[in-house]
Amino acid sequence: MAIANYLYLSAILFTIGAVGVVVRRNAIVVFMCIELMLNAANLAFVTFARVNSNLDGQVVAFFTMVVAACEVVVGLAIIVTIYRSRRSVSVDDASLLKQ
Amino acid sequence: MTTSSNLLWLIALPLFSSAILILSGKRANSWGHVLATIVSASSFTIGVVEFFAMHGRSDANRAVTQKIFTWISVGSLNVDASLMLDQLSICFVLLITGVGTLIHVYSISYMSHDHDRRRFFAYLNFFIASMLLLVLGDSYLNLYVGWEGVGLASYLLIGFWNQKPAYATAAKKAFIANRIGDVGLSIAIMIAFATFGDVSFAGIKEHADEASSTQLTAIGLMLLLAACGKSAQFPLQSWLGDAMAGPTPVSALIHAATMVTAGVYLITRSNFIFDEAPIAQLMVLVVGGITLLFGAVIGMAKDDIKKALAASTMSQIGYMILATGLGPIGYAFAIMHLLTHGFFKASMFLGAGSVMHGMKDEVNMRKFGGIGKFMPFTALTFGLGYLAIIGVPPFSGFYSKDKIIETAFNAGGIKGIALGMATLLGAVITAFYMTRVVILTFFGNERWGHKDEPAESPALMLIPIGLLSIGSIAAGFIFSKGDGLVNWLQPVVNPLKEHHAEEFLPPIIVSLMTLVAVMIGLTVAILKYRGDQVAQAPEKVSVLVSAARRDLFQDEFNEAVFMRPGQSLIKILLNLDYILIDGLVRSVAATSLSAGVRLRTLQTGYVRSYALMMVIGALALVTTIWVVTA
Repeated sequence: MAIANYLYLSAILFTIGAVGVVVRRNAIVVFMCIELMLNAANLAFVTFARVNSNLDGQVVAFFTMVVAACEVVVGLAIIVTIYRSRRSVSVDDASLLKQ
Repeated sequence: MTTSSNLLWLIALPLFSSAILILSGKRANSWGHVLATIVSASSFTIGVVEFFAMHGRSDANRAVTQKIFTWISVGSLNVDASLMLDQLSICFVLLITGVGTLIHVYSISYMSHDHDRRRFFAYLNFFIASMLLLVLGDSYLNLYVGWEGVGLASYLLIGFWNQKPAYATAAKKAFIANRIGDVGLSIAIMIAFATFGDVSFAGIKEHADEASSTQLTAIGLMLLLAACGKSAQFPLQSWLGDAMAGPTPVSALIHAATMVTAGVYLITRSNFIFDEAPIAQLMVLVVGGITLLFGAVIGMAKDDIKKALAASTMSQIGYMILATGLGPIGYAFAIMHLLTHGFFKASMFLGAGSVMHGMKDEVNMRKFGGIGKFMPFTALTFGLGYLAIIGVPPFSGFYSKDKIIETAFNAGGIKGIALGMATLLGAVITAFYMTRVVILTFFGNERWGHKDEPAESPALMLIPIGLLSIGSIAAGFIFSKGDGLVNWLQPVVNPLKEHHAEEFLPPIIVSLMTLVAVMIGLTVAILKYRGDQVAQAPEKVSVLVSAARRDLFQDEFNEAVFMRPGQSLIKILLNLDYILIDGLVRSVAATSLSAGVRLRTLQTGYVRSYALMMVIGALALVTTIWVVTA
């Protein structure tokens, strides 16, 4: 299978994630879309590691996973806190930080 | 040149004493005046010792110097803080400390009811120190320090009773008028440095003939401006009358005997410049001539005894300034008149203070009258001063003023006749207004309008007046005996450098003319004021009299020509600042503010819209990179 296909898949996944972040209101879904974008990037890293025949990309993928795990912890905590105070996980409701 | 270590003490003693009195506060109230007087007397003693030491040396070796420290040493400018005592300075040192000490003694009694007497003596000591520095400095820069110091002392003492707004204003007026002169002096110093690369008297004297006449004229005119400010000469004369707001001893010491004569000192000290700058010298003559008549005319109309004496001071200093403009021989006569004037004017001012003391601080002469029989000693000493100032022989004013008139006539040509007639006319008017003062105060009917009889002042006030009166009687005779003072000052001012071969009028004729002039003024005044007077000043008076009462419109002139245009200028500059400078700054602020207001609408608070913007930004970035690299 051509290497390019992996990159196409990565681009499609990233686009789906990005669109999801922009259009969806549910914080959980937005969060999942962010995870999707991260994993799309991971896929691209691993692909390039294969193309260049070294392990740099693989290593970065591991780093990304660690960062994603931390992010999940913090992000979910925020979402839970927001839900507790407003009984809603809609990101549009949490729009007080303006003007 | 000989060096001496005593000169510093002359200045340091009163300066330290002044600092002690200021710093120790109320604790010094009981002994402050004693310390100040002792210190002043010590300075006088040092002055006398130095005088006799100087007298013992030969002409060429009389000047002594003392270097205190290197003050400025920058590139080619080297100024030492050093003092120089020569034949000219010693005259001033003795006058300042001698008259100063007597006035200290007088003030102990005169100011005894003032709760701020200690502060008064601190200022007096500070004045003595500054004035001594002024006459002892060996360069224009050292002189300038003393010059500013006496200006400050004058300001502090005129406004001594500054709880009265009018007095505070008078102090400010004197200070501002003096500042104008000070600017002249500082410009003169700058031109002198640019021309000679030196500011010391000795250095400039040595190279005076190398400078161009334009430079010398510029320096001379600026020095004249300085002298006009300090000595209350036309056109900066208006502050002197108001300066009488200060306590009377101050008027006697600062505004009659010493500080106001600093201008005469400055011109005499700068003789090497004025002798080479005929235009500046002519201006000196013009200023002196105008002021001597100006002051005399004002003096004729004043009812306030102190202001009448102030106008007379202005006029007498006009005589001195005029004499300094007459070239080498004139300097010595200017100094002679300055010294005799120091005696008789100080004694008259103190006499006026004594009268005020007896009359509960009344200064209006129309409410005096017949005080002579209640205060005989004051009347006697005032009378001696009076005879001296109008120039009756053998009192001191006769010798000094007669010499000035004679020298003025001998100036030659139309200039000589004009100056001679001006000084002669001044003598007539002086005799008139001084006779008026004496008659209104000491003779005639009693007009003070209350039952209390004025009592003679205490001995502590009368003794200094008496001592000064001895000076008014004898000083002129002593100074002119065998041309004593002229020969004494000769090494400094070179009065014998050029002899006037032809005399316009023989001295005896000039003396007779002067005497006739004095008699005319005297007689007119006696005829006019011999009868009983009323306590009110006449309302219906001629234009001339009302003009003289208002100081010949000097304040109105200053207001119209300087103050109002100055205020308009400030208003224009203020508006310019408000519109242009502030406007620029404000428009910068307004621009960023409105930009902020517009940009703020981008901040919606919706996370999704921020995310969209990030996506768009990332896409734009990628596209750009792609386009650029492709």
